[in-house]
Amino acid sequence: MSETSEPIVSAPVSPAKAKFLRFLVRDAGVLLALVLITLFFSVSAPYFATPGNALKIFVQIAINTVLAAGMTFVILTGGIDLSVGSVLALCTVVGATVMIDENLSPAVAITLALLACMATGAACGFLNGWISTRWKIPSFIVTLGMLNMAAGAARVVSDNSTITGLPQSFVDFGNLIIGGFLPSIFLVAVLVIAAGWFVLRFTVFGRMIFAVGTNDEAVRLSGHNPDYYKVAAFTISGLTAGVAAMVYLLRLNIGSPIAGVGYELNAIAAVIIGGTSLSGGKGSIIGTLVGACILQVLSTGLQLLGVGDNFKPIVIGLVIVLAVILDAYRERLLRKIR
Amino acid sequence: MTDMILSLEGVGKIFPGAVALSEVSLSIARGETHIILGENGAGKSTLIKLLAGIYQPDSGAIAFNGQPYQPRTPHDAQQSGIRIVHQELNLLPYLSIAENLMLENLPRRAFGIVDRKALNSRAVALLKEVGLDIDPRTRVEALGVAQMQLVEIAKALSYDSKVLVLDEPTATLTPPEIERLFAIIKRLKAKGVTIIYISHRLHEVFEIGDRVTVLRNGRLVASRDLGGLTVPDLVRMMIGRDIADEYGFDASIVPGKVALSVANLKRDAATPAISFDVKRGEILGVAGLVGSGRTEAMRALFGADPKLDGVIEIDGRPVAIAAPKDAVRHGLSLLTEDRKGQGLLLDMAVDKNITITDLGKVSRHGLVNRRAEAVAANDLVSQLRVKAASIEQAVRNLSGGNQQKVVLAKWLFRGTSTLILDEPTRGVDIGARREIYQLLWMLAAQQKGIIMVSSDLPELMGMCNRIIVFSRNKIVGEVPRSEFDQERILSLAYQEYVRP
Repeated sequence: MSETSEPIVSAPVSPAKAKFLRFLVRDAGVLLALVLITLFFSVSAPYFATPGNALKIFVQIAINTVLAAGMTFVILTGGIDLSVGSVLALCTVVGATVMIDENLSPAVAITLALLACMATGAACGFLNGWISTRWKIPSFIVTLGMLNMAAGAARVVSDNSTITGLPQSFVDFGNLIIGGFLPSIFLVAVLVIAAGWFVLRFTVFGRMIFAVGTNDEAVRLSGHNPDYYKVAAFTISGLTAGVAAMVYLLRLNIGSPIAGVGYELNAIAAVIIGGTSLSGGKGSIIGTLVGACILQVLSTGLQLLGVGDNFKPIVIGLVIVLAVILDAYRERLLRKIR
Repeated sequence: MTDMILSLEGVGKIFPGAVALSEVSLSIARGETHIILGENGAGKSTLIKLLAGIYQPDSGAIAFNGQPYQPRTPHDAQQSGIRIVHQELNLLPYLSIAENLMLENLPRRAFGIVDRKALNSRAVALLKEVGLDIDPRTRVEALGVAQMQLVEIAKALSYDSKVLVLDEPTATLTPPEIERLFAIIKRLKAKGVTIIYISHRLHEVFEIGDRVTVLRNGRLVASRDLGGLTVPDLVRMMIGRDIADEYGFDASIVPGKVALSVANLKRDAATPAISFDVKRGEILGVAGLVGSGRTEAMRALFGADPKLDGVIEIDGRPVAIAAPKDAVRHGLSLLTEDRKGQGLLLDMAVDKNITITDLGKVSRHGLVNRRAEAVAANDLVSQLRVKAASIEQAVRNLSGGNQQKVVLAKWLFRGTSTLILDEPTRGVDIGARREIYQLLWMLAAQQKGIIMVSSDLPELMGMCNRIIVFSRNKIVGEVPRSEFDQERILSLAYQEYVRP
C-alpha cells in the first residue's frame, strides 16, 4: 500500500488563478517584503530616502549579487558552495597580479585579468563539482575544503600581501556612475543576473538544472547524466566568483588574500531569502536579486537608525531564519494551489 | 467455544483510492500458531499494522483477551503484550546484542548509569530462550541475518509478549536455520505464546501451523484449520478469481524478430547469470515473488545498476549499456516500480515531465520552445487520456493512474523500441489499468517489444505471450501462453525457496 499518504485531488483552483497565486506566493512575496522594508526605513531612518544613499546601496550589493547569482545555480541542483568567498580572494590576487604587469598595455592587462579571474574561479568551481560527483561526497564538505585551499592559494600567489597599483582607467571605470544614477559595478551585477535569468528560464540547460534538483535519479533514468549538470552548476558558481572578484577590484582597487571572508554566507542568505529552496528544484534568480537587496537595505537602514554594529547581525540573522520558516510555509501553500 | 485471545469483527481499512482491508472477521485461539496467507497486496501487512498500532481501523473492532483493543501507537501494542517482528529488521547495528535487546528498558544504577552486569546476564538468559549461544556484548553488525532474526525474537520475548507476530521470518534463512526457528516456535507455543505467522512459503506452514487465514484483495477468503488442506488448495484460495478478460489479449498481433536479447547477464559474482529475449510485437511477462531479482535484473539490463557481465543485443546488434543514457539512446525505456521516487519530477508540471526524455525535440539552439513543448505534451495527454487540470499542473497532485500515464507519455515522447515496465499497474485503479492495457496493445501493434514485470499473476496471464519466472535471482522457467497455468507458474516462483 504505497499510495496511502497521497491525496487524490486535482487542482482545487482554475489554472489561470493558480498561476497568479503561484506568482504571488513564490515571487511577489519577496518583492513585497523588500518594498515594505524600504518604505519602513524611508519613513523612519534619516537620510535613508536620499539619492546618495540609494547609490551607496547599489554599489554595496554588487559583489554579493554576482556571487549569489552563481550560488542560485548550485542550490537549485540541491548543492551548496561554501568556497565562493575565498575563491573570490584568490581571484582578486590573480587578477590584480595580471593587471599590474608593466609589460602590458592597460587594455590588454585588464582583459587578461578578467579572463584570468574567470578561469581561476571556474577551475575551482569545476573541481568542487567534479570531486563531489565523482566520489559522491556532499558538496558541503568538498566546498569547505576548497574554502581553505583557495584561501591558502591566495596567500601563496600574493605572498601574503595586498596588491595595489591597478591601472587608472580601470579604477575610473569602477567609480563611474552612468547617467548619474547607475553605478558601473551595479550594472555588471544586473547583467550577470539577467544572463542567469535567461539561462534558467529559456534554455534546455536551465530546465535540466531544475529537473536535477527536483529528482536526480528520475533524470538519470530518463537517459541523462545528472552529474554533468551538477558539475556545470558548480563551475558557474566559480565563474561568478571570478566575476565578483573583478567587481571587488573595481570597487576597492586592491587584490587581497583576506578578501571575501564570510561572503559565501551572505550569498547563501540572499539566495534563500529570495525564495530558492535549499533542497533544490525550486527558486528563481530574480528572487536572489531581491534577496540581496533586502539584506543590504536592512543593513544600511539599521545603521542609519542608529542600531549598533552589535545588534545589526542579530536582526539580519533573525530575518534569514524567518525567510527559511516562510519558505517551509510557502511550500505548503504552493502544494495546495497546484 | 475455545478461548480466543484475539478476535476481529468486520475490520476495514481504507486508504485514499484503495480499500486495503474490508469486513475482515477472524479469531485467533490462545496458544495456537495461526498462519496468514495472501498474495502481495492482499492486505496481510495492513492487518499486521492494525495489530501493531501503526494503523487504526476505519471500521469494525478488535478484541484482545475479551477487551476492546485500540492501540494508537506501536508502544500501546507492546504494552498490551502484542509484539511484531517485522520483515525488515529494526536492530541498531552498532550497538551490542544486549543493548538492542533491552534498549527500551536498560537496567540502570544510580545517576542513570547503565548496569552492564545486569544487562548482559539478562541478555544471556533471553538468548538462551531462542537457542542463540553468543556473547551478548557482540555488536549486531557482526551477526548473520538468521542470528539477527533470532535476536529480534528474543527482544520480543523480553517484553513478556502474549502474542508474537512473525512477518515472513524465513524469507532470508537457509534450511538449517529454518529448522532452528521452527524448533523455537514450537517451544514458545508449548509455553503458551500465541503466534501469528505470515509466510510466502506454502510448504513450510504445514509444519508449524494450526489454523490458516487466507486474504485476497483485502477480503477474507477463509479462516479454518490447516488439517485436510494441501498446497494446491492454498494456492487456489490465494489466487481465487478466474482470469476475466479485462486484458484484451490481441491474438492478431504476431510477434516478429527479436527486439532485445539478453545473454548471460550477471549482476554480481553471487547471483546466477540470466538470459532471455523479447520479440517485436510481443509482451513478455516476468513473474516471481517480490525480492526474487526481477527488478534488479531489469535495472542492471537498463544500466541503472552496475553489472558484471552479459551481452545485450538490440535488433540483433550487440550494444554497450553502461548507464541509463546508453539504454535510452538505443531505444530502451524503463518504467520503474517506484514511480514517485524514480519515475517522476513530482513538483514539476506535466509537460516538463513528458519532455524530459528528449528536450532536443522541442528546442532550437539550446532554447526550449515552450509552444512546441505545450503542443507535444497536450497531444500525449489527450492520446493517453491523462486527467489533469492542465499540462501545467504538478504531477504530485495527479492520481496514481494518471501519474503512471505521464511516465508512459514521457517514453512515448522519446520514441522507444522496447519498453520495460516494472509493476506498471501497482497503485493504479481499475479504470486507468484498462487504459494502460489498451495502450500496451497499441504499442505491441506498432511492433514494439514489451517486458512486463508484475506481481499480479492473473494480469500477466491475461496480457502476455510468454512468461518467464524468477525464483531467487534465477530464471527457473519459461511458460508459453498455451501452457499458462497459475499453479505451475506459482510453484516455479516458489521453486528455489522450497526446501528440498
